[in-house]
Amino acid sequence: MRFRLTEDQQALRTWVRRLLERRWDAGALRAAAAGPARLDRELWRELGAAGLFALRLPETEGGAGLGLPEAVLVFEETGRALLPGPLLATHLAAGTVPGAATGRTVVAGVDGPLVEWLDAADAVLGDPTGAVPLRSADPLTPLHRVPGAAGGGTAEPVAVLLTAAEQLGTAARACEMAVQHARAREQFGRPIGAFQAVKHLCADMLVRAETARAAVYAAAVTAAPADVAAARLLADEAALRGTRDCLQVHGGMGFTWEAEVHLHLKRAWVRARRGGGGAVAEEALAADLLSGP
Amino acid sequence: MDLSDTPEEEEFRARLREWLAKVLPTLPARPSPDDWPGRRAYDLGWQRTLHDAGYADVHWGASPTTRLIFLEETERAGAPYVGANFVGLLHAGPTIAAEGTPAQRARWLPHILRGDEVWCQGFSEPDAGSDLAALRTRAWRDGDDYVVSGSKIWTSHAEVADWCELLVRTDPRAPRHRGITWLAMPMDADGVTVRPLRTLAGSAEFAEVFLDEVRVPAANRVGEENDGWRVTLVTLSFERGTAFVGEVVACRRVLGELARAARDNGRWDDPVLRRRIGRLAAEFRALWRLTQWNVSEAEASGGVPGAGGSVFKLRYSHARQELYDTAADVLGPDGLDLDRPWVLDRLSSLSYTIAAGTSQIQRDIVAERVLGLPKGR
Repeated sequence: MRFRLTEDQQALRTWVRRLLERRWDAGALRAAAAGPARLDRELWRELGAAGLFALRLPETEGGAGLGLPEAVLVFEETGRALLPGPLLATHLAAGTVPGAATGRTVVAGVDGPLVEWLDAADAVLGDPTGAVPLRSADPLTPLHRVPGAAGGGTAEPVAVLLTAAEQLGTAARACEMAVQHARAREQFGRPIGAFQAVKHLCADMLVRAETARAAVYAAAVTAAPADVAAARLLADEAALRGTRDCLQVHGGMGFTWEAEVHLHLKRAWVRARRGGGGAVAEEALAADLLSGP
Repeated sequence: MDLSDTPEEEEFRARLREWLAKVLPTLPARPSPDDWPGRRAYDLGWQRTLHDAGYADVHWGASPTTRLIFLEETERAGAPYVGANFVGLLHAGPTIAAEGTPAQRARWLPHILRGDEVWCQGFSEPDAGSDLAALRTRAWRDGDDYVVSGSKIWTSHAEVADWCELLVRTDPRAPRHRGITWLAMPMDADGVTVRPLRTLAGSAEFAEVFLDEVRVPAANRVGEENDGWRVTLVTLSFERGTAFVGEVVACRRVLGELARAARDNGRWDDPVLRRRIGRLAAEFRALWRLTQWNVSEAEASGGVPGAGGSVFKLRYSHARQELYDTAADVLGPDGLDLDRPWVLDRLSSLSYTIAAGTSQIQRDIVAERVLGLPKGR
């Protein structure tokens, strides 16, 4: 057992992080949040050219021939960077929808009663008949509601796991931002991070993120349904509570549009609504306990 | 990232499994927590059995992964836990091995490994629990001896221990973290008085120890005089490292038993309880993965447990309490019956967020040492 990143995996993670820092920096994020959500098709093609969508396709089909662990590392980074767009649906469509692998085709996916980025998509996985736009709580994720569709249903394990990976990225980033702020911001004559109440919020954020990380990475290795369900539960928790704690550490500033925190929080809410999380995962894990001898 | 055994690990696991299947069926049950002399004999006997089969020093000599496999397999097979030998095997032993002189290693280590002697831990004091560096028990040099006066508290197994790993203040004028010395004190020395403390679980597993001018040979000092704090940190990082591995395996087993009990008594039909159990399954699955991650990291860094131990302990101690609170809900009215095993476990789990560094102190450690936040309270 060597349950840690290989050198290749570390290199992949660093490479994706650099790519996103270069192509999707704080300035780009702010500019995007200031106006109506628009998909940057040029960026999409660049991500395609970099192999983000074709990552798990065999090399004979133009992919990188990598596995779930590598996909999880990439999606953790896109989650961390708060990259907008139907990344997950396009990744899942690579190999079946022409052009998805290269980022030429933008693919949206119907997930229970919600569809992300329907208007921007060239193709849709699932049936979006009757979809009506709603005023999305996440300014960087346009949403449609599909009438009559049931919510919280089952979803493809890969989709559940990669959503968990994105949530993990958000949780880790939220902890980082909170710590940065707690070190810099002074009150009562010292950095607020010296106060135990603030310190403990940050420690709990890290504990949740690191526990989720172990669960997500292990699920990527085993691909076992129960591991995937556990990963999703812990990653959702780490992202939802982490972004909220991050906002709290930022104080009044955290409640403004100017601070980045709300964008991470709102995205975490959107992802938590995707299929395979919450009650579905809990029930699946409970059933799994009784499935043995 | 690889979760499968290497060929050597696979071989070790198979051999251990086979051996456990052979020895465990004839092993009697462990005496109750009210019978510590009985438990002492039992735990020493088990250590002797391990020793004779070549597994005695798995906590010291083996790689972290081998140790993980050992704890996983012994727990899975229902083998006895280290019990009264905990301090000797997991605290004092590794400390003496790392910091002791050749003579000290020769004097104590074989007895710990063979299961001849029991150790207890004389760290905490009434005014120095979480703030360990505030300890006040004094020792001064008199000829070839240190003379020790003061008191210790929360000393597990003190009544049945032969030796105590004792922290004393040898230089009261030095800054708090300096001026502390690590001594091996014989528990039968004149001036040592042990007063058992009854826990809220009803058992008397730890005690207060009063020290009235106890003479400890200077030859029993491990490390330099006034350097005991550094010596101690070696032990503490170990404690927070992989000390709870077997327990996570046990908790996962308990959760499975809990689910079946709920199915049998009809409480499984309650979706709120069922989902709570499902969430706990995620929790203990993740804690097991976190353990494997920490062990792999420790292995890569040369066997030194990192700060991951504090992250683990924080999460685990709360999860364990939640597990037994849930057990009480599965049991219903029987959850108040002390003769049901989970009820005593529920009571003893209350210590987990306090013992070996409270959750509050662990959060400070994580915030300051891992996240780099400024010191301060």
